[in-house]
Amino acid sequence: MASLVTKKSVLLARLVKNVGDCTKRLSSHFIYYPDNEKPVEGETTKMNMMQAINNAMDLTLKNDPTAVLFGEDVAFGGVFRCALGLQEKYGKDRVFNTPLCEQGIAGFGIGLATAGATAIAEIQFADYIFPAFDQIINEAAKVRYRSGGQFDCGALTIRTPCSAVGHGGLYHSQSPEAFFAHVPGLRVVVPRGPITAKGLLLSCIREKDPCVFLEPKILYRSAAEEVPVEDYTIPLGKAQVLREGDAATLIGWGTQVHVLLEVAQIAEEKLGVKCDVIDLQSILPWDEDTVCNSVKKTGRCLIAHEAPLTSGFGAELAATIQEECFLHLEAPISRVTGWDAPFPHVFEPFYLPDKWRCYQSLTEMLNY
Amino acid sequence: MALKTGASVLRLNTLRNAAVRYVERVLQLLSTHTRPEVAQNTKYAEFPGAKAPYVTEMKFLNESSYDPIPIYRVLDNSGSVLESREEPSIDKDELVNMYKTMVQLTQMDKILYESQRQGRISFYMTNYGEEGIHVGSAAALSPRDLVFAQYREVGVFLYRGVTVTELINQCYGNHEDPGKGRQMPVHYGNKHFNLVTLSSPLATQMPQAVGAAYALKRQPNNDRCVICYFGDGAASEGDAFAAFNFAATLDCPVILLCRNNGYAISTPTNEQYRGDGIASRGPALGIRTVRVDGTDALAVYNAVKQSREYAIANNKPVLIEAMSYRVGHHSTSDDSTAYRSIEEIQKWTTDESPLHKFKMYLEAKGIWDAEAEKTCLKESRDTVVRTMQEAEKKKRPHWKEMLEDVYYDMPPRIQKQMKQMEEHLKKYPDKYPLDQHQD
Ligand SMILES: Cc1ncc(C[n+]2csc(CCOP(=O)(O)OP(=O)(O)O)c2C)c(N)n1
Repeated sequence: MASLVTKKSVLLARLVKNVGDCTKRLSSHFIYYPDNEKPVEGETTKMNMMQAINNAMDLTLKNDPTAVLFGEDVAFGGVFRCALGLQEKYGKDRVFNTPLCEQGIAGFGIGLATAGATAIAEIQFADYIFPAFDQIINEAAKVRYRSGGQFDCGALTIRTPCSAVGHGGLYHSQSPEAFFAHVPGLRVVVPRGPITAKGLLLSCIREKDPCVFLEPKILYRSAAEEVPVEDYTIPLGKAQVLREGDAATLIGWGTQVHVLLEVAQIAEEKLGVKCDVIDLQSILPWDEDTVCNSVKKTGRCLIAHEAPLTSGFGAELAATIQEECFLHLEAPISRVTGWDAPFPHVFEPFYLPDKWRCYQSLTEMLNY
Repeated sequence: MALKTGASVLRLNTLRNAAVRYVERVLQLLSTHTRPEVAQNTKYAEFPGAKAPYVTEMKFLNESSYDPIPIYRVLDNSGSVLESREEPSIDKDELVNMYKTMVQLTQMDKILYESQRQGRISFYMTNYGEEGIHVGSAAALSPRDLVFAQYREVGVFLYRGVTVTELINQCYGNHEDPGKGRQMPVHYGNKHFNLVTLSSPLATQMPQAVGAAYALKRQPNNDRCVICYFGDGAASEGDAFAAFNFAATLDCPVILLCRNNGYAISTPTNEQYRGDGIASRGPALGIRTVRVDGTDALAVYNAVKQSREYAIANNKPVLIEAMSYRVGHHSTSDDSTAYRSIEEIQKWTTDESPLHKFKMYLEAKGIWDAEAEKTCLKESRDTVVRTMQEAEKKKRPHWKEMLEDVYYDMPPRIQKQMKQMEEHLKKYPDKYPLDQHQD
């Protein structure tokens, strides 16, 4: 047994490298499309999404003396290392481990925000946010309303890694945005890469409403961009049009945006048609104007998300779009999503709304 | 939990001097309810929430008001029985079986851990340092007792009779995995052996175990109990408190066994809780409690055996805190050198190794020797390697298994989705790993 430990640590360098390879092998359902446009002028550094999030939190801790960052295993950087080095930099009273209790983390964060601190809470995996559901839904979302505007916990941001990673199975893969999108008072935000992660996270932290910030964990390391080093924000409640066309509107968020960008590219190459691709970014409140203007222009709309079909956020979008754009629609709105089953381990390639399922749906829609 | 007043310290010392001989004595000690010194003619309050004496001196209690809860053990570090009356009477074959199970477990951990590193399976968690808790508890239970585990208790599964083949099939998610490839590796379960299938969210199994114990209690002539394993980290979840409180108030025959291995991923226990560990919560909630040395399989065995008898005879819960150390990394996703030193780990792989102690115990009894060790190691390793090679050849389940078992009867909406996928796969067969799955 003694030899075992030493052997393990000797092997470490090699092992870590293998993990990277593994991730690649096990999850190749999308190609990453980096952002080329910078939200602000000035110096940039190459960062992956983990580093961009770290950078946003670093700026917050530096500039806001009330800010604290906490959660399970956050002291050593968190299991995805987004908080790496921040405890060393800002001290144990500002960046710290909590006991293993999500309801505690959320409630503690609400309390911090109520008393004037900026609270950045990490829930280790979105799949484990449900013990905190009561605190988020019944408390965070309703503090301002029920107190007649006297109290609020807008300074609370809950960050949590979400979505498919190639081998996460039931409890390391879920995309729970729709649960939170059902709750007036919350803001729900999903970035698609390093640049948006930094700008949107800084917005969430400063926003006067409590935010649930869902970070597609597969992007932490696989996505790298030239990220502006200075402080900048990206507005909440606004979608971004990433590619323009007139044949159809493709809407997604998080990792799925990249799937749709590839689908639009395939459609252009194979069918000679151009599509609007919209990254919704803010799930709640969401940008009806950008979405509806696009659908009025194209007359066709495909919505794709990893979460199951039934009561997924696509349902809300589809209902609003048909209400607002009814006379412009040339085909039924199409939803390509995870199936109505828990997220399965070895069946992940069959479960995801991958480019081929999206592409097939798009062709059917175009030929309707 | 003896309150540190003059009287109780004395009492403790007397007990100590008499060298606590029986687990029973330890249990008695822990459940001893000593009160602060109270003036004579004290009036007792009759509040519905507490029957306690009135006092005129205000006294706050804190963690140092109590002596640390002692750690019961049978073997010392060299495998010698400390107090002969404490040596359980386990027959020779069972003792050997206990040890062989530990060896098998270690070999499985070693090889599967490496296989994850080579990309053969997607994830793994080792059990190093906690083998004694697994076999000690499993051997003391009836095979019919229902087990709710966390994830680091695979030795219990092996001891019950789950084969290495079945466990490895689960890790590979092939068509012989009883869980049909749906969960990540190490999420085992086996209905036949009364091992409830694991789930990743922590502590959720705890109130469930208590509910199951309530159901057993209501069955005529019940002779079964439930055992629930959980970590020191999981014990911080709201569900853990719920489980303790429900078990006590609803009188459930359940053994709540905490594996306190010092860490929850990177979080050491001194950041997980204050106070005297998990055990101190038992008496506070009205639960009979004992703390044992989890590196000593015989101590665990004695504690679980007595707890089981007590739970079933009285329809009451028991809390056991088994102290140990998580020798391996948390999982294949973790590198524990980021938060602890190699030196810290080392101590627990030598002096305090549960395998080492138990082996020396068997050797002293003359029922194990170097030859037996060599054969056992080889057989265990070969079993794992052979099984892995076989598991790798087996295909994954048919893709349609992805949509089965969501409901008892598949609703029309899911039937429709299955049809859609079927049509889609006809159009795009080469875009999916159909060849890796059964047809
Ligand atoms: C509700 C929930 N939160 C977080 C996690 C992530 N997680 C998995 S294991 C673990 C640590 C558990 O530690 P402990 O209970 O002490 O058991 P050990 O791993 O030490 O055996 C954490 C935080 C989880 N699985 N479930």
